[in-house]
Amino acid sequence: MTDTQSAVSADQQREMLRLMQTIRRFEERASADFLGGDIYGVVHCYIGEEATAVGVCSALTREDKIISTHRGHGHCIAKGADLNRMMAELYGRVDGYCKGKGGSMHIADFDIGMLGANGIVAGGLSIITGAGLAAQMDGAGRVAVAFFGDGASNAGPFHESINIAAAWKLPVVYVCENNLWAVNTPASDTVSVVDVAARAHGYGIPGVIVDGNDVLAVHKVASEAVARARAGEGPTLIECKTYRHRRHTERAAQPDLRPPEEVAEWMRKDPIDRLVNSLKSQQGQLSDEEWLQMDAEVMASIERSVEFARASPFPSRDAALEDVYAA
Amino acid sequence: MRQITYAAAAMEAFAEEMRRDSKIFHLSTDAPPELLKEFGAQRIRATPIAEGVLTGMAIGAAGSGYRPIVDWRMVTFSFVAMDQIVNQASKIHYMFGGQTTFPILYRASVGGGTRRAAQHSQSPYSMFMNLAGLKIILPSTPRDVKGLLKTAIRDNNPVISFESDRLMGVKGDVPDDDYTIEFGQADIKREGTDVTIVALAWLVHEALAAAETLASEGISVEVVDPRTLVPMDADAIRASVIKTGRLVIADEAGPTAGASAEIAALVTEHAESFAALRGPVKRVCALQVPIPYGPELEDHVFPDRHKIAAGVREVMNAG
Repeated sequence: MTDTQSAVSADQQREMLRLMQTIRRFEERASADFLGGDIYGVVHCYIGEEATAVGVCSALTREDKIISTHRGHGHCIAKGADLNRMMAELYGRVDGYCKGKGGSMHIADFDIGMLGANGIVAGGLSIITGAGLAAQMDGAGRVAVAFFGDGASNAGPFHESINIAAAWKLPVVYVCENNLWAVNTPASDTVSVVDVAARAHGYGIPGVIVDGNDVLAVHKVASEAVARARAGEGPTLIECKTYRHRRHTERAAQPDLRPPEEVAEWMRKDPIDRLVNSLKSQQGQLSDEEWLQMDAEVMASIERSVEFARASPFPSRDAALEDVYAA
Repeated sequence: MRQITYAAAAMEAFAEEMRRDSKIFHLSTDAPPELLKEFGAQRIRATPIAEGVLTGMAIGAAGSGYRPIVDWRMVTFSFVAMDQIVNQASKIHYMFGGQTTFPILYRASVGGGTRRAAQHSQSPYSMFMNLAGLKIILPSTPRDVKGLLKTAIRDNNPVISFESDRLMGVKGDVPDDDYTIEFGQADIKREGTDVTIVALAWLVHEALAAAETLASEGISVEVVDPRTLVPMDADAIRASVIKTGRLVIADEAGPTAGASAEIAALVTEHAESFAALRGPVKRVCALQVPIPYGPELEDHVFPDRHKIAAGVREVMNAG
């Protein structure tokens, strides 16, 4: 048993596995229904990166806050969002999280501290930093977590946010999901450093690199960063090295310029296979039957979410003018 | 009634609201000394000169139960925060299906006359009027700025207060009591019967001066101050035009797609106010140029009481 496994019980690991598989099955269905015409606009799949969202969110409480990106389904599910309302939102229905006005790129659930997916690269960083300021002023030990990609680490809001969070010792954890590609541009062409985590040093905060496909390793570094934030010691930058299995979006016409051998190499590092194999290798922790049973339950929950979405009506035309302003 | 300056009236609004509600805090690149002294550095925060992050942090704090005030100081500096204003603050309530509120006050000076050239002399409020989801106030007097700012702080939406630089030292009557001024309520600053001037911000005062001159020429001018641009009190503007039959619009911004264009459209697309017009609508605005530095050129570019009076005479002669 490795050092990282010892801190997380087998029950917790199985729960992590269930969440990771839920993200994967949810997105496989979202992709299929997008191609089938029931989901509109654009769908960005997180498949391959599930260990990052689950590893980080498993270190949080419901009261802690996160903010997400255009590739946000995984963060929602990992933070505890309701699959029915998520799928209904993708379907554009009135029972969706945003009453059918947001879609895949704008799912939020403020009740569970999910401050929203965001269609602008780096767009959420300063917002979650403000949530971190609120947490600091509240003084209740809550933390705020930013999820963003390697592309966002090149943009101004990343630098402005980490600077002020470091200067004010805000309880924020900045989680860079470095999936090595910004759409079809390799990070090596646009990021000035090999490791995004190295940028932390310029702001006087810890920068930690972790294998983003190892959920237990992610959980460990996230737990340390969260503990540091709760203790009033300020922000941490975590870089999760990971990879998306699929092209940038699910649009059939979207090209994928990544080298096939690179994609194949990362498919072999699949985070779900990895956890399954790890659990199976530990005597009595996960049998083949248990894994099949877990997947069947996950599939059933996804099917129920689609049924829920299909049963929900589209918003009425009157709704177009609702919620422009709050009362 | 006591008289205080526009700038002092604004500070009174902040102080009174902060005493009333502990969830209000203030972010600005320079902490206002009088607020800092009373409320301390936890609530009156001096920030890095990085308006992008301040503007976004206000959204996150508002979504977490606070009521932040962000002073951009000059509207000039708001432009480095445009993603947070346009893509985030204005849309977040709607885009997320109204699940929570974002009570934020953003504050910026606008206008010119300060000899600070193009980047520091701008009146771009119509750019923000174009965004659904923001409320916009443009107070012209000490009494109005205090009452409207208090309403803005209590509002559950992102509100931008645009405050003309030239008004900061202007003194006026301000009541002692805890009053607020409702949004979307234009104020008739002077009643008249021959021509309506809808004037904005500093030009309210120039329009009132022009009205005095014109009165001596036998022209009775009504000066309407919309006070808030979003929501705009179309009913009050139309009612004044229906009464006078003539409309001049005075704005410190350029005319192109400006608030002045919106006001003209509100009058001309309404059957009764359109029918009441005896001639063309006249806009007295800044020239459509970046604001130049030197006094000769700057004064030439901006409208003033003389140009407003000339505009009124033009519409009087037209019909």
